[in-house]
Amino acid sequence: MKDEGSYRRLSYFQLMEVTLRELLVEKGLLTEEQIEAEVEDMRSRTPERGAKVVARAWVDAAFRKRLLLDGTKACEELGLDVPKLRLVVVENTPDVHNAIVCTLCSCYPRMLLGIPPDWYKSRNYRSRMVREPRAVLEEFGLRIPDNVTIRVHDSTADMRYLVLPMRPAGTEAWDEVRLASLVNRDCMIGVALPGAS
Amino acid sequence: MGAPRFKAGDRVKVLRAYPVGHIRTPHYIRGCVGEVERICGAFPNPEELAQMRSGEPKQPLYRVRFRQRDVWPGYRGADSDVVEVEIYQHWLDAA
Repeated sequence: MKDEGSYRRLSYFQLMEVTLRELLVEKGLLTEEQIEAEVEDMRSRTPERGAKVVARAWVDAAFRKRLLLDGTKACEELGLDVPKLRLVVVENTPDVHNAIVCTLCSCYPRMLLGIPPDWYKSRNYRSRMVREPRAVLEEFGLRIPDNVTIRVHDSTADMRYLVLPMRPAGTEAWDEVRLASLVNRDCMIGVALPGAS
Repeated sequence: MGAPRFKAGDRVKVLRAYPVGHIRTPHYIRGCVGEVERICGAFPNPEELAQMRSGEPKQPLYRVRFRQRDVWPGYRGADSDVVEVEIYQHWLDAA
């Protein structure tokens, strides 16, 4: 007997995506190759790009200064293309902890961190991170003492944000590559600290 | 666009308005008073872009810093906690 296999129905949004994509190709507005290249480009962007920026800022004070002044320009120095949107880098200090959210949708520094995690796009994170950041951070295992200011950045418009975490103590002798290995996605969103994953 | 109306450090109030359409000023911040943290530059007005129009003239965009205590009644956290939101000039008044 012929095995018909099993298949899953497309969801509403999957169906819409396929339909739109096929129409764009059929009408000659885009080619399959262009779409494939864009998907590949998105896949190739990973948080390692952001980690490289952070590690450089930790070892090079002049670069750090330029990065905080103009994030987009400083990333270009490292050969990272950060197209279109402007990057604002916000620095953690002993007195200030920064965290990033987009309450309107899911704006995210994709050029440096790649595709956002699902929780970043969840209604739970988006609605609560502005209102009760300390409680949300605790759920991520991050307890911020009361004498540290929490600065939440709601990326509502044309800027994208990246948190520059504090360099962990005891890493004075480390080189840039080893330092970058401490920097994960979550600490550049501000819901974790480097090396504490 | 003309010169930005506000500068860093200015006190500003977000309009309490509820127009329909694509609005990038979050509801929770409407009516709140904060301080301009920086001018981000000038950008096409997203409310116009969403209507397939040009978005011109560009609008100055500000990052405005609000004390969490002023935004949320009964906020639990430090007095110094803040939230920063990007807001286009036409949503701001001097406070």
